[in-house]
Amino acid sequence: MPPLCRLLVSVKRVVDYSVKVRVKSDRSSVETNNVKMSLNPFDEVSMELAVQLKEKNLVNEVVAVTVGPPPCQETLRHALAFGADRGVHIETEDTETEPLMVAKLLQKLVLKEQPDLVALGKQAIDDDCHQTGQILAGLLNWPQATCLSQLEIIDQSRQLRVTREIDSGLETLRIPLPAVVTTDLRLNAPRFLAIQNIMKARKKPIEKLKPEDLGLTVERRIKNLRFEEPPVRKAGIRVTSVEELVKHLKKDGVI
Amino acid sequence: MFASNSRGLALQLSNHLKRLQSTLVLAEHNNEKLIPITQNAISAAKKIGGDISVLVAGTKCAPVAAQLSKASGVSKILLAENDAFLGFTPETLTPLVLATQKQFNFSHIVAGASAFGKSVLPRIAAKLNVSPITDIIDVKAPDTFVRTIYAGNAILTLKSKDPVKVVTIRGTNFEPAPLEGGSASTEQAAAGDYKTDVVQFVGQELSKSDRPELTSAKVVVSGGRGMKSGDNFKLLYDLADKLNAAVGASRAAVDAGFVPNDLQVGQTGKIVAPELYIAVGISGAIQHLAGMKDSKTIVAINKDPEAPIFQVADYGLVADLFKVVPELTSKL
Repeated sequence: MPPLCRLLVSVKRVVDYSVKVRVKSDRSSVETNNVKMSLNPFDEVSMELAVQLKEKNLVNEVVAVTVGPPPCQETLRHALAFGADRGVHIETEDTETEPLMVAKLLQKLVLKEQPDLVALGKQAIDDDCHQTGQILAGLLNWPQATCLSQLEIIDQSRQLRVTREIDSGLETLRIPLPAVVTTDLRLNAPRFLAIQNIMKARKKPIEKLKPEDLGLTVERRIKNLRFEEPPVRKAGIRVTSVEELVKHLKKDGVI
Repeated sequence: MFASNSRGLALQLSNHLKRLQSTLVLAEHNNEKLIPITQNAISAAKKIGGDISVLVAGTKCAPVAAQLSKASGVSKILLAENDAFLGFTPETLTPLVLATQKQFNFSHIVAGASAFGKSVLPRIAAKLNVSPITDIIDVKAPDTFVRTIYAGNAILTLKSKDPVKVVTIRGTNFEPAPLEGGSASTEQAAAGDYKTDVVQFVGQELSKSDRPELTSAKVVVSGGRGMKSGDNFKLLYDLADKLNAAVGASRAAVDAGFVPNDLQVGQTGKIVAPELYIAVGISGAIQHLAGMKDSKTIVAINKDPEAPIFQVADYGLVADLFKVVPELTSKL
């Protein structure tokens, strides 16, 4: 009997990391139409963690969940291709659901699915909020371990030994299950997905839920007033030698 | 006439609103000294307006409380010294902040957007049933904040409708409040049983360095994949020593194992905005630029003339770093 019965992994569809987004001319949002979308890179790390645990026979079942509008199902399929057993798509109209709301939806799902562990990425690369995992842990009153670079399940005691990336180095904690963890980029290197796994993922079951099915209605606490382009830096100059560089820096009073 | 009156009224009203604010700043410290981002958080609290209290929780609080008692603009220090706060875990600090909030009913709870602040504040917000706001770069009004999204490629002004605003601030966008000129009173924070068995702090492995701290250094020298090995970073350490600079790195350099993770500058690492940023062997991916493009002067040294880093550099030198970095060091 593996130590973990069920692992829930939350994933998000975001603008691909290689795309430099532009603010719409009416400043109402950023342009996300006709832009390449992908699985949030941190969520790939979470999926890789999940399937590695499964391959080591440390977890019975991996469930991937996403919150968002219908196209998110495509991203959920991508997550399933890592080797999750099934998916849950909590369908909302809004692409920019606040972390508090996402965490509330996940909390309800946790109560329904009863996982031992919930893994999320440490942040989504679109809103850069870095909140959902911590909020979920707070709502559930579960321990949290954020920005993980190592995770080990101590089988006998049903505890996790985790290493976190902190500002001044690394920190190690022991937390009992059930727990919420968020993953950092150095936890693992997500695998290259083979085409047969992507094909297989098409047949995996995805349960569709509406927030109402979980007893919630989507609300916003934050009103986005205005989006702007960041200030543009003035064009720089190319220098041809170290001497010239030093001269400029001295003239500017920088050194 | 009427217009100027209504303007006066609006100004009065906004001053009145500002007076109604009261902010709790969570001090970040290591039981010995204050972590500087707390001073930036106090400045952000000043911009919000109203009364400022600072909560110092830890296993040893006296030295930090002494430092903070003279912080300009702070009216009250709340002390919570307890073995339970070993490792400053969110599971133990959250009930303390909630008890403090219940007692004083703050309008704002603020901390630096460091690993500490980002880990603790969203958990507190969950318990208060409010939407936290991460890494703000400006305060427009007590309920209106500015932050960056999409790796700094868009700037969002937002308004919070929540009764309590739980906010982390970007240190580089607020001047540090001086630790002098103030005279805060000190009192004990709400007593309670903050011990928990849901988390056990095992230990830390901290990077030791005599160089200035990365996020507050005036000069930063960063290396990327182009450094080719960890040993070659010595070239950058030598240059940094001449400039009294901190050393940073791109994700590629960290992932390759050249340097530890706490040197990573970027969207998901540290955000820096020094007077001078020297990027060596760094291509300038969106994710790296997010962490350094607010630097005052940017110098790029790269052998690839097409590297995107040159688009943000004030001074670009297309050259082999192994030749020009030692030359630069020797010329300083």
